[in-house]
Amino acid sequence: MTHAPSLSATNPTPTSAGGFFRRFRSAPSEPDAAKRVQFNSPLLPYLFLAPQMAIIFIFFYWPSVQAIQSSFYLEDPFGFGSTFVGMANYTDVLKSGEYLSIARFTAVFTALVTFFSLAIGLLLAVKADGIIRGNATYKTLLIWVYAIAPPVAGLMGMMMFDQHIGPLVKVAAFFGWNMQVGLNYNDTAFAMIVVSVWKQIPYNFIFFLSGLQGIPVPVREAALMDCRSGLRRFWTVILPLLAPTAFFLLIINTTYALFDTFGVIDVMVKDKAANNPITLVYKVYMDGFRGNDLGGSSAQSVILMIIVFVLTIFQFRFIERRVHYN
Amino acid sequence: MIRKFTMTGLALAFSATSSFAATNITWWHGMAGRNGEVINEVATKFNASQTACALTPVSKGTYEEALASGIAAFRSGEQPNILQVFDAGAATIINAKGAVIPAEDLINNAGYKFDREAFIDGVRYFYADSDGKFVGMPFNSSAPIMYINDEALKKAGVEAPKTWEEFEAAAPKLKEAGFIPLVQSQLTWQFTENFFSRNNIQFATNNNGYDSVVDTQLKVTDPNLIMMFDKLKAWKDEGYFGFYGAGWNDNQKMFEENKAALWIGSSGSFGGLQKTAQMPFSATFLPYWGSIKGAGTSSFIGGAALFAMSGKSDEENKCVADFFQFLTSPDVQKFYHQATGYVAITKAAYELAKKEGYYNEKPAAEVGIKQLLLPAGEWSKGYRLGFYPQIREIMEREYGRIFSGEVSVKDAFDTIEKEGNELLARFAKTAG
Repeated sequence: MTHAPSLSATNPTPTSAGGFFRRFRSAPSEPDAAKRVQFNSPLLPYLFLAPQMAIIFIFFYWPSVQAIQSSFYLEDPFGFGSTFVGMANYTDVLKSGEYLSIARFTAVFTALVTFFSLAIGLLLAVKADGIIRGNATYKTLLIWVYAIAPPVAGLMGMMMFDQHIGPLVKVAAFFGWNMQVGLNYNDTAFAMIVVSVWKQIPYNFIFFLSGLQGIPVPVREAALMDCRSGLRRFWTVILPLLAPTAFFLLIINTTYALFDTFGVIDVMVKDKAANNPITLVYKVYMDGFRGNDLGGSSAQSVILMIIVFVLTIFQFRFIERRVHYN
Repeated sequence: MIRKFTMTGLALAFSATSSFAATNITWWHGMAGRNGEVINEVATKFNASQTACALTPVSKGTYEEALASGIAAFRSGEQPNILQVFDAGAATIINAKGAVIPAEDLINNAGYKFDREAFIDGVRYFYADSDGKFVGMPFNSSAPIMYINDEALKKAGVEAPKTWEEFEAAAPKLKEAGFIPLVQSQLTWQFTENFFSRNNIQFATNNNGYDSVVDTQLKVTDPNLIMMFDKLKAWKDEGYFGFYGAGWNDNQKMFEENKAALWIGSSGSFGGLQKTAQMPFSATFLPYWGSIKGAGTSSFIGGAALFAMSGKSDEENKCVADFFQFLTSPDVQKFYHQATGYVAITKAAYELAKKEGYYNEKPAAEVGIKQLLLPAGEWSKGYRLGFYPQIREIMEREYGRIFSGEVSVKDAFDTIEKEGNELLARFAKTAG
């Protein structure tokens, strides 16, 4: 069974996290050393690597180093004076009750968005996998949402939840819920989560569906003979076989909820966060690009970098252990 | 003789080439839609009026984005000649000593005579230093004014309120007539910054921040300001005040759709409102509290100013000065005022529009200027506060919490003062 490597090959959008994932996956422990390509010149492989390395260096390492450097300074935005302040930017941020409450919201938001977009994506994939007639139509209907850019998704969500004209607000009112997106913290949080989940379901659907279709028919038939309960077959046979896909999606969805939801949030709070919930990456933007506080915003982005680093290590260390690729 | 002839020929040739090779200058701004088009029209007019300079305006998105792009460009030495910076960002650019050439110096160096007295009082101080020297050139200036739904007031049988006391008396009748008595669009600008100007109360220490960045502190726990917000909260609970979040348009919409009786907007909203309002409307001054002694003074200008960035050649700076002169000429000011609804910033332009009978036709267009021409108080000149865009964000957050019932008014202003002062202290370090 080798559907895990083929999975990364079919990844339509190689995000940086995807690249990170693949670098881990292609460790030399994989038993396909026989396929290794031989180069005539020892420099040639490095030449092939160079463009990718240059991109990583220019767009990832270099800005990271700059961010770390400026996080220790308080700087006049025009670059006239900068004062070395040591760890003061970090302590200011971490002492701020507001920052900590944004961090708490980010944790809850990330957990909910990841859970619901994975769960609903999986449910739809399992159901679509079972359909024989007209399955192309169903699949297309479920996938097309993925083609919508996050800001457009945010715009559509904003219209659906608009306090004056939003149809979903009218539906909520029917059930006696006076939904006020933009005014009420919890209502806005609810709307943001719904739009972010909706946007991500098709992505998960595509991967889960291809994962399901990679499960060999003999395995399914053998399972069918041993167990009559469909639910039990799913838990004991199908889901463990899907685990590599699910683990990959867990990482992708976590980074999606942390970073890529920026566009959704920006449109939904209409440029004025006020008392609405925001995530850590939006706070970095507000302080850095709107407030021109470069030092404080750099410190926040370094903190965010550390969080993602720790989270990814944790996921590989403790969750991937339970995933079996073969 | 021949030599003289050649010299003349050469001189002619030079003057001819220099008129073809006009000096290019760029102008980055943060305006879109109709206001962005008007900027292009102003630039076209300037380019047509002379041959030495060619001005290219470039839209950089919103006010915040224009400032951020200007800063990034300055750091890499690619700054435009002219950068439009909005009111809340004024401290950022003015305190960066060396980033800009003060407009007044620029114009005097170019051989013109700069006359502060030519500008109307309300716009004279906001973008100036503490000595009154113009650092930025006021461009699109607006005042927060109150728009009136004429039918609603007639139906309720009340007069437009001049003071908040009068509003309080009229509100029940307006509500009974089926209208939301009051909506507004920006609590920070209209009910905080200009609460201080209209009621002549100090906003921050160090002369509202003009004198120094060191140790400047907000004075937002002023009992009068707390009273204003206690009233707003009480009015909201009684149905006299409608609040639809921090977004400008969500609130304006209620007035446009003839659901609200009074709306606090901008003098610059006039042009758009003429197209969108579903009922006849008029306008008057932003109310003040009759109970506060010395209240009723002029308001600050909102909007934005143009800054001449440093690090440019003398030729280009001369062109920028030429453009500033052109921009403040009565005809151009009148054109800009009438095309956008922003107030005319010079006395001459105002007199010109008045003489032509523009305000007889459209009295609402004059309200903003009249409010800026009211007698100035000690605290109605403006404020100069660092990291102010972030301080506004804190205010927006806490005001949202007041109206959703999460915090009391007193606690909200304690938080704003505490977090705001921390930001001001940080800013003092960056500027130090």
